[in-house]
Amino acid sequence: MKSLKELRELRETLQKEISARNSAGKPKIIIGMGTCGIAAGAREILHTVLEEIERRKLDVVVTQTGCIGMCEKEPLLDVQLPGKERITYGNLKKDDVKRIIVEHVINGNIVTDLAIARFEEGRD
Amino acid sequence: MIVYPEGVFYCHVEADDVAEIVEEHLLKGRIVERLLFKEPLTEETIPSYQDIDFYKKQHRIVLSNCGRINPESIQEYIAAGGYEAAGKALTEMTPEEVIAEVKNAGLRGRGGAGFPTGLKWELTRKTESDKKYLVCNADEGDPGAFMDRSLLEGDPHRIIEGMIIAAYAIGADEGYIYIRAEYPLAIERLELAIEQAQNLGLLGKDILGSGFDFDLHIKKGAGAFVCGEETALMASIEGKRGMPRPKPPFPSVSGLWGKPTNINNVETFANVPYIINYGAEAFNSIGTEKSKGTKVFALTGKINNTGLVEVPMGITLREIIYDIGGGMNQGKKFKAVQTGGPSGGCIPAELLDLKIDYESLQEVGAMMGSGGMVVMDDSTCMVDVARFFLSFTQSESCGKCTPCREGTKRMLEILNRICSGEGREGDLELLEELANHIKETSLCQLGGSAPNPVLSTLLYFRDEYEAHIKDKRCPANVCEGMGAVYVIDENKCVGCGMCARVCPIEAISGKPKEPYRINEDLCISCGACAAKCPVGAISQG
Amino acid sequence: MAILKLTLRFNKRGILVKGSVPIMSKVTLTIDGQKVQVDADKTILEAAQEIGIKIPTLCYHPDLSLHGSCRVCVVENLANNRLLASCVTPVMEGMEISTLSARARRARRRNVELLLANHPNDCLGCDRNGSCELQEITHEMSIRREDVERFAGETRDLPVDETGPSLKRDPNKCILCGRCVRVCEEIQGVSALQFSSRGFDSIVTTAFDLPQSEVNCANCGQCAAVCPVGAITEVSEIDRVWRVIEDPEKYVVVQTAPSIQATIGEEFGFEPGTVVTGKLVAALKKLGFDKVFSTEFSADLTIMEEGNEFIKRIKGHKNLPHITSCCPGWIKFAEHNYPDLLNHLSTAKSPQQMFSAITKTYYAEKAGIDPANIYTVAVMPCTAKKFEKEREEHRDSGYQDTDAVLTTRELARMIKEVGLDFANLEDEHYDEIMGSLTGAATIFGTTGGVTEAALRTVKEVLTGEPLERLELGYMGIKEAEVEIGDRKYNIAVVSGLANAAKLLDEVRAGSSKYDWIEVMACPHGCVGGGGQPLPATKEKKDKRAMGLASIDKSNTIRKSHENLDIIRLYEEFLGEPLSGESHHLLHTTYRKRDKN
Repeated sequence: MKSLKELRELRETLQKEISARNSAGKPKIIIGMGTCGIAAGAREILHTVLEEIERRKLDVVVTQTGCIGMCEKEPLLDVQLPGKERITYGNLKKDDVKRIIVEHVINGNIVTDLAIARFEEGRD
Repeated sequence: MIVYPEGVFYCHVEADDVAEIVEEHLLKGRIVERLLFKEPLTEETIPSYQDIDFYKKQHRIVLSNCGRINPESIQEYIAAGGYEAAGKALTEMTPEEVIAEVKNAGLRGRGGAGFPTGLKWELTRKTESDKKYLVCNADEGDPGAFMDRSLLEGDPHRIIEGMIIAAYAIGADEGYIYIRAEYPLAIERLELAIEQAQNLGLLGKDILGSGFDFDLHIKKGAGAFVCGEETALMASIEGKRGMPRPKPPFPSVSGLWGKPTNINNVETFANVPYIINYGAEAFNSIGTEKSKGTKVFALTGKINNTGLVEVPMGITLREIIYDIGGGMNQGKKFKAVQTGGPSGGCIPAELLDLKIDYESLQEVGAMMGSGGMVVMDDSTCMVDVARFFLSFTQSESCGKCTPCREGTKRMLEILNRICSGEGREGDLELLEELANHIKETSLCQLGGSAPNPVLSTLLYFRDEYEAHIKDKRCPANVCEGMGAVYVIDENKCVGCGMCARVCPIEAISGKPKEPYRINEDLCISCGACAAKCPVGAISQG
Repeated sequence: MAILKLTLRFNKRGILVKGSVPIMSKVTLTIDGQKVQVDADKTILEAAQEIGIKIPTLCYHPDLSLHGSCRVCVVENLANNRLLASCVTPVMEGMEISTLSARARRARRRNVELLLANHPNDCLGCDRNGSCELQEITHEMSIRREDVERFAGETRDLPVDETGPSLKRDPNKCILCGRCVRVCEEIQGVSALQFSSRGFDSIVTTAFDLPQSEVNCANCGQCAAVCPVGAITEVSEIDRVWRVIEDPEKYVVVQTAPSIQATIGEEFGFEPGTVVTGKLVAALKKLGFDKVFSTEFSADLTIMEEGNEFIKRIKGHKNLPHITSCCPGWIKFAEHNYPDLLNHLSTAKSPQQMFSAITKTYYAEKAGIDPANIYTVAVMPCTAKKFEKEREEHRDSGYQDTDAVLTTRELARMIKEVGLDFANLEDEHYDEIMGSLTGAATIFGTTGGVTEAALRTVKEVLTGEPLERLELGYMGIKEAEVEIGDRKYNIAVVSGLANAAKLLDEVRAGSSKYDWIEVMACPHGCVGGGGQPLPATKEKKDKRAMGLASIDKSNTIRKSHENLDIIRLYEEFLGEPLSGESHHLLHTTYRKRDKN
């Protein structure tokens, strides 16, 4: 990039791509992979997610994020379905992951007893 | 798949699931809940982040991306508005304007001391030199503090962006991030982020066509706490032993390899893009008269919600501990909160409504520090806490100057003897004498602040020290082996044996209905027996 | 003849300042109520010294970079009630410094008390009893035992390193002032000693805690010379020397290095640089040495050998630049760091070693004494000489050439032990047949002396013309262009090993323009040696050097080749310079050593 203008154009393109993906793309699973999350078992959660996706042949994007601050509730995992709000689950065990995938990712039902919070767009 | 006669509808059934359905539903008659089709719940039943207690009173500026974006994706950072501030500063502002904006914002160093950031930049800018350096201090070493680590792991590009702006402001073309080797993930993400920024031309030559060059290196520290001190940090980057040197000359005049150098903390840099994007006013409208913006704290200890929080300056300790932190663990009683790590102090319950900023914390004998906040309940012995922090600074002292090397050792020896019941008359005065001496005559701020945990606990919890020395008793029952052992009054003892049952080390023996005896050689003075005795026959002899 | 002076200056912060220091702006402050105006780059301590106010110091050393670690020089700035370490704090306009305030006085005292609480209470058995700076400050501050005992606790308990022939290190006495670390790094460029560990466990030690004799230490003893306490001292050979003096079977021959006559007086109340040659000889005779000679005799011999070696090299254009070899600290440094350049070193032994080799051969024959019974003692300004005498290469007489080396300080201790009234001794003369000496030999004791002595002879041998005075001064690196016949020779004289390394790096890079380089390990040369009286500063070393120059000037014979005893030695024993016998007894070889 050689100018601020180019940067801004890139940003616009990226934002469009992301919002298109969010409204019509694939379901997304986001795992909290800070040191605190990893220490609480995030790697095992990640492996379980990948196993389940493989087993069920799901078309899901798996990505990671840093620490959101609730170290007490790690490991954390977010699910974002196209066009829906991003939901955070916490204090997860391996078996919880299977439930979240079947009930939320596949069936679109939020697992209320594991859910902690949701990202509300436009509010910071 | 539908199972009859119930007509239960299972959906997205996999081969593996069939076994479970057969086992659970067909054989045992239990419905496999997880495969049931459910009516979609409305999202509104789940609370929004902004509505849950932990986040309600937070104000997230530097942490705004943490936990939201993928820290390994520069695209997500840019999509979230990233590098806009750097682009604006480099192409639309002069270095002087950038400095003026940061000065007007009232940003102060987040590493602990609170030196005005804009002023620091200006000093380095004004020093003439063919070469200047910018350094990011990521040598986070306070026990219980992890603000920098989380930031670097969660949003590394924000620090890089802050550094680009700072480098432009002071006129540096080379920067170092000094980070402890114990943070491998943060290092990995930083390395990736630097590479991504270089590939997009956000680091390197002629950034965004501005004609400004800046590149970054990572320097891994070997984990010496003293390397967080800026002159020791620079010595370490130069490959020398991490040992502080006297100031002046200040780094702004003679820093890395003798060149003018500006050093800021991770969180300080992370605030800069916000200030450039939203302006000084947006920033200085948050906070108190002298402390603007927000502060990130690592909230730990005996509270319900531990974690990383970002709060506006001027929030009270009570709000942090009770509203955000969810109050004390297991309903125990709050005793003190320690801020500022080994350089800070312990603040008692009567000061819970203190509005926190740099000055107020210093006035009560504590310190903002880099942001560690350890909450303690009444099972904590304050003498033991002071001893813990002092033993940390004592062993992390670089050993260069006499007061810090020799003085902290002597203080620790005194605390050790107080905690083992061998405290003497005059020990508290000697502790205070040494503490003030070390504060006043040490070469650097490690020594200059090392006695703070002792001084603040002596100020607010002197009675606990006195109980250890005079009564040979640890009020919180933490210090083992206090000098005075417990004895049973034979005339009062009813021979119930409850004392023997609670004694953790089986130091009490006897026959039912006859007076019991405590073996003095074994007794650790824990006091459990005295607390249990129904007739008050046990006391410290 | 053009003499260029190359000056390398370092400011107090250890930053290289080339050329002259720019004119400084002035700052006005008060110290103990007195107004003082000083250059803005001065420290509070320097400002106080200018008006005669004494502030105690320990880690501070005028010849080294500032460290600011002991905090014994703390003063109070009444303008803001802050305590400041005066040795490192620059003066600022409007400071109101008090050295007398109760806070400042207590703070200084407490830091000394803290040092003493971790220092062995062993003054009576310590080599530095009487010359210890910590002891002196304790005395001046009237610190009593109970003041220290209130801080009583753990003390350092580490093994003493006395494995080497030169230096002994007692880490338990160390107060971590870092002077040794700084001198070894800044002046010598060796860095054999460094700080290690943290907190209360901090120590000064070698790499991997190896014995100092097993690392790259040059044995120069500058660490011992700057140590304020008894943590680093020379390995004493006093007992050994007493034993042979007491042994009637032994014929004990002593030689005194050229510099001793201008330095040992300091131990007995004389001003630095006072020449006390006659009293030195008298004292040695009273102590019971059988023969008392001067190393200046063999310094002249060295010039004969090395001068002719240089002439041979310039004629054959071989192994140039020619580098001197009389300093054993320099030799070991070169063996560690420049093994590829050892062929540039003169093969001539040092005067000490030549002297002993000649004593156990020529002199033994002349005096009719079985060399097996001769015990050779050298009084040296140097700790590296103790190492040099142990080198396997130095057994050419059929025996270990030199048996014992005493430093100036050790000899002074022996004189004090027997209670001689040194200042009032009747002057006596060196003994015969190896007793005559020239002014050229005397100036071996300072940097540049060897060069001047050699050139006096070289120029006369080649052209028959005498050399004009060089007078290069005593700076770290000096250079001169000397015309001999129709050719100009580039000469460099360097003292301090860090300075030497700069010139040797040029030689290694092939960019050196010099024909001759003289190297002395210690700043100022032997007058600044690691075995000289304490404490030593640049100022004192200057005076010592001037003392030696005055002897040279007053001497009627000032060229080595005119020394009659030397002429006779060649006639009767060696033949001519660089002859077979000379090579056997007076020349040596060097070896490569590990860099660290």
